Amino acid sequence: MDFLTLIQILDSAVRLATPLLLACLAGLFSERGGIFDIGLEGKMLAAAMLSASVAAVTGNVWLGMFAGVGISILLALLHGLASITFRGDQLISGVAINFLAAGLTVVIGQSWFGLGGRTPSLMGEGRFKSLEWPLTETLEGIPIAGPLYSELISGHTFLVYVALLAVPASWFILFRTRFGLRLRAVGENPAAVDTAGISVVRLRYAAVAICGVLCGLAGVYLATGLAAGFVKDMTAGRGFIALAALIFAKWRPWHAMGACMLFGVLEALSNRYQSIEAPTYIIVAILIVMAAGLVWSSRKSLLDLAVLGGVAFLLVTVGTVSLFSSGLFGQTAIPGQFIQALPYILTVVILAGFVGKATPPRAGGEPYVKER
Amino acid sequence: MQDAPQLGRQNTAAPAIELRGISKAFGPVQANKDISISVERGAIHGIVGENGAGKSTLMSILYGFYKADAGEIFIGGERTAIPDSQAAISAGIGMVHQHFKLVENFTVLENVVLGAEDGALLRPSLAKARKLLTELAKEYELNVDPDALIENLSVGHQQRVEILKALYRHADILILDEPTGVLTPAEADHLFRILRNLKNEGKTIILITHKLREIMDVTDTVSVMRRGEMKGTIKTADTSPEDLAERMVGRKVLLQVDKTPAKPGKSVLEVKDLRVTDSKGVVRLKGISFDVRAGEILGIAGVSGNGQSELLEVLGGFETATGDIHINGHPIDLTGKFSDGQSRRAQGIAHVPEDRQREGLIMDFMAWENIAFGYHNDPAYNKNVLLMDNAAIRADTEGKMERFDVRPPNPRLQAKNFSGGNQQKIVLAREIERNPDLLLVGQPTRGVDIGAIEFIHQQIVALRDQGKAILLVSVELEEIMSLSDRIAVMFDGQIMGERLPGETDEKELGLLMAGMNGKAA
Amino acid sequence: MDKMPKWADVLLIPFINLLLAFILSGLVILAIGKDPLVAIKTMVEGSFGSTNAWGYTLYYATNYIFTGLAVAIAFHARMFNIGGEGQAAIGGLGVALVCLAVDWPHWTLALPAATIGAAIFGAGWALIPAYLQARRGSHIVITTIMFNFISAALMGYLLVNALKEPGNMAAETRDFPAGAHLPSFHEMLAPFGIEFSKHAPANISFLLALLCCFLFWVLIWRTRLGFAIRSFGHSETAARYAGISPTKIIMISMMISGALAGLMAINNVMGESERLILNSVEGAGFIGIAVALMGRSHPVGVFLAALLFGFLTQGGAELQLWENIPRELVVVIQALVILFTGALDNMVRAPVERLFLKFKKRVA
Repeated sequence: MDFLTLIQILDSAVRLATPLLLACLAGLFSERGGIFDIGLEGKMLAAAMLSASVAAVTGNVWLGMFAGVGISILLALLHGLASITFRGDQLISGVAINFLAAGLTVVIGQSWFGLGGRTPSLMGEGRFKSLEWPLTETLEGIPIAGPLYSELISGHTFLVYVALLAVPASWFILFRTRFGLRLRAVGENPAAVDTAGISVVRLRYAAVAICGVLCGLAGVYLATGLAAGFVKDMTAGRGFIALAALIFAKWRPWHAMGACMLFGVLEALSNRYQSIEAPTYIIVAILIVMAAGLVWSSRKSLLDLAVLGGVAFLLVTVGTVSLFSSGLFGQTAIPGQFIQALPYILTVVILAGFVGKATPPRAGGEPYVKER
Repeated sequence: MQDAPQLGRQNTAAPAIELRGISKAFGPVQANKDISISVERGAIHGIVGENGAGKSTLMSILYGFYKADAGEIFIGGERTAIPDSQAAISAGIGMVHQHFKLVENFTVLENVVLGAEDGALLRPSLAKARKLLTELAKEYELNVDPDALIENLSVGHQQRVEILKALYRHADILILDEPTGVLTPAEADHLFRILRNLKNEGKTIILITHKLREIMDVTDTVSVMRRGEMKGTIKTADTSPEDLAERMVGRKVLLQVDKTPAKPGKSVLEVKDLRVTDSKGVVRLKGISFDVRAGEILGIAGVSGNGQSELLEVLGGFETATGDIHINGHPIDLTGKFSDGQSRRAQGIAHVPEDRQREGLIMDFMAWENIAFGYHNDPAYNKNVLLMDNAAIRADTEGKMERFDVRPPNPRLQAKNFSGGNQQKIVLAREIERNPDLLLVGQPTRGVDIGAIEFIHQQIVALRDQGKAILLVSVELEEIMSLSDRIAVMFDGQIMGERLPGETDEKELGLLMAGMNGKAA
Repeated sequence: MDKMPKWADVLLIPFINLLLAFILSGLVILAIGKDPLVAIKTMVEGSFGSTNAWGYTLYYATNYIFTGLAVAIAFHARMFNIGGEGQAAIGGLGVALVCLAVDWPHWTLALPAATIGAAIFGAGWALIPAYLQARRGSHIVITTIMFNFISAALMGYLLVNALKEPGNMAAETRDFPAGAHLPSFHEMLAPFGIEFSKHAPANISFLLALLCCFLFWVLIWRTRLGFAIRSFGHSETAARYAGISPTKIIMISMMISGALAGLMAINNVMGESERLILNSVEGAGFIGIAVALMGRSHPVGVFLAALLFGFLTQGGAELQLWENIPRELVVVIQALVILFTGALDNMVRAPVERLFLKFKKRVA
């Protein structure tokens, strides 16, 4: 892989990580405030659809953006209504919102445009344009730094930079402001906030509203920055990958950026290559180490041995198969499907606590009921 | 002083707080009925009453947590509406709840500042709070490390943070709800010193408690509540614990339990060097040893959180441990396959758990399902290998409800629809009628009305008289003193000493509970 | 004292919830410029108007009974299994492997074998999330969502690289042997002289689904295991006190849940397509959530709710055909049902309870 390819992959990773990062930060605010949100996907989808529709009709991407963010906020408030006001189950509400968006985007899109759920392709002012930073052409000739600057840093759309700036902003708001202190408190122990004379309800609505805005931007970027228009189910599980990144990041903004970038790179790789070749002996070694680790951590009980040992057995089987099909010093193709699934697999590993334990905000998922 | 502006606003001659005709209903339950009360400025005022008498509801109304259906509140002579806690705070009221309202993974400073910040940025608020905390610590003996995380503080220190929170918000009136339930006697004494200091600074203090001794020790005046009604306010100097108890219950109460001396037989339970480490790695039991003999009640005294719960959990089979436990001479499994509640029951151990609503009962299950709960594998409750015999369980339940006077005697009623006392009777009926060799009883009368307390105590003593061994855990010293034939005191995962009830007193036990050797007293 | 009679809880509240969902769906239809009444008529005729229509409705309902029961049993243990979609897909793999491994002589042999295959594979896919919840406390909602995506990738890989018939462009297995063909309603009812459409996909799996409903009821309300599952679902601390092992209950109930979801493949893979295709589950795993919520986790409720969603799915297909309303309208209705019965339940419940209290006071 030469340097230019690397730059191109990273450049594509930044673009692909942007919606993840915005959605991940959206989830961060919501969950730090004690409201679990598995409806990120739905809000992104609705925002993508409405922003693309408005941008297509008006030819103005900014109007599209406001419309997209608006619908996302509405859905976020619906989630708030269910989980804050009516103390419903936050997970179920999130599921409902995902389906609501998945259904309505197609039903309404078909009625508006008759294109089977797609919106017309966006052109000209209907899309966000790449922002060329000053001196890109002058600096392009410089080795390494030149392409790095002109390809990787410059030339992204407005929302990419918004997403990157949102990281320090989120950190500052959460850890350096009064609002952040209260928000974190309401996610940990709402009773403490309530007895301190602050409205739990208002704080939590603020949290879901911020979540709505960021999720909306994520969706808008999908339809008007990354792509040129909306297609059915275009979020393709990104809301869940963002959720995975949030767990990966243990609910912290800078770590969220790291996790989203990692997942962005994975997506960029699987987009670029059907499969990735790697030396078989490395793959076999990794598989054996993992299998050994699993067996080692399963010595305690029969159940551990059965489940983890079973997984270890599968890993060893995969290793054996690749060994026999390519020989120890041959190349084994890692299928693209595996790389696509890697964010999900990594999340499960993190959740399992084999590599660092992720503890969510303590009051997360629980509706707040006043108690004597 | 930070509270100066509050004093200026108010008329110093008027009572600090006056409530007139407060009523509050929760659905069909009338928690407060037309309550009027007046508290003088600079007084320590006690409010006593049984569980469910409406004390906490009344204070929650005063703190803006609930809205009263009717009635008026006067603060410093001025009529004040308190729609929410914010209004209570700005009226100069602070509250220390029974269950602390602190954010566990925040620092002391962050907890104190939360909700009373100056400006949108945190840094200046925290700096200001740090300065004030040092001043307050000097003035009232309220020392706490401002940068410590709450989860690393002792319960006594956490309570100080709650008081500091109130003072930081310029509270003139401080309400404390059952503040000593979680404290050792020494910590409680320290708290009372703080309260007297606050009183001397002109603050008004309302103390809600069910411990009559505390009322007699620290309050100036006391109000008695019963079944949602105010039964009058008296000067503490003019009353006695017996008098207060009678006013609380509405009839003469036997504070003593009728029982004959124990006739201990052979040893039933032998515990040697029992150690428990919890999932966070905290050592909860540090090698304790004791035994319980047939026909005696061993009472375990101690402030809650000193390892008693873990002891019951190990004996009941839902906590693992190391060490050695024998029942009737047979070892019991502490870590392996047979360290579960089913195995314990098979070995003749019955268990009335500390928290009947979270452990002893399934609140959404009907009474008959709860009677089978834990004994659902009993052949008498099953038709064959596959199916349960629900009709047989219901018939058995009817008998148990009658014998234990559970009201209403309806097996199909859900557990949550019984009163606390009747819920406890269901648990007792289930466990005692198993005719166990050893009965574990945790907090048998917590949240139970006085009438049922007498009944429950009688049942426990009756089981002892049948020659069964009983291990009683209670944080109520009075209950331990009156029921036990032998008393062991726990502190910090250890047994500090054993005493006979006739040869000790509350003072000596109190010192043991605080981890001090009784002989020093 | 209960706030309202049981019938209100079991019938009235779900009815109001459903009504609200339908009214909003009607508004959606109005908003896209169609007539809701015409839409309802099309849907009813398209799903109940002929034996062919019935055949499709009951075919979909069969899927939803399985996935609904799967979600319901997990609900009884207070777990939210969103992984029905993945478990059903992997169950399909189990069915396909069983059906392709042997040249089955007759369906009476193939069906039990395929049932076991579907159940084991479905349960196997639920095994790791269950284990992680039981042993490591990893939130089962998140892990099962992740496993849905992982299963999609795995099935994609297997169908493209391992199971595809050489020379076939589509990512699907070869057809199952003729001996693995399950009797359709047409074949089942013909001996009784009842003429049922030849083309409808409803098959004998429907009876298997009904049997599962009955066994579900026996398990939950008449056996010790069911007692233990319900105890654990209501209170984990109490279950531990009673000597009910949380690990065991989580593992067993999730295994059963996964197995039930996997059994769906008997209907759609073995009964209908008779080969394994990509994305065979078509969202039925998710509809199971709505079905279980709507049916209050009771097999009778699940059966009725599954019928309702079978009607909606089939009716939705007819809408697409005749009215040019996308079948995603069903997804909207499904979302609204989940929203009202699951998340906004208190919005309806609280006022109804107040009404009953007021009524009771007046009577007393």
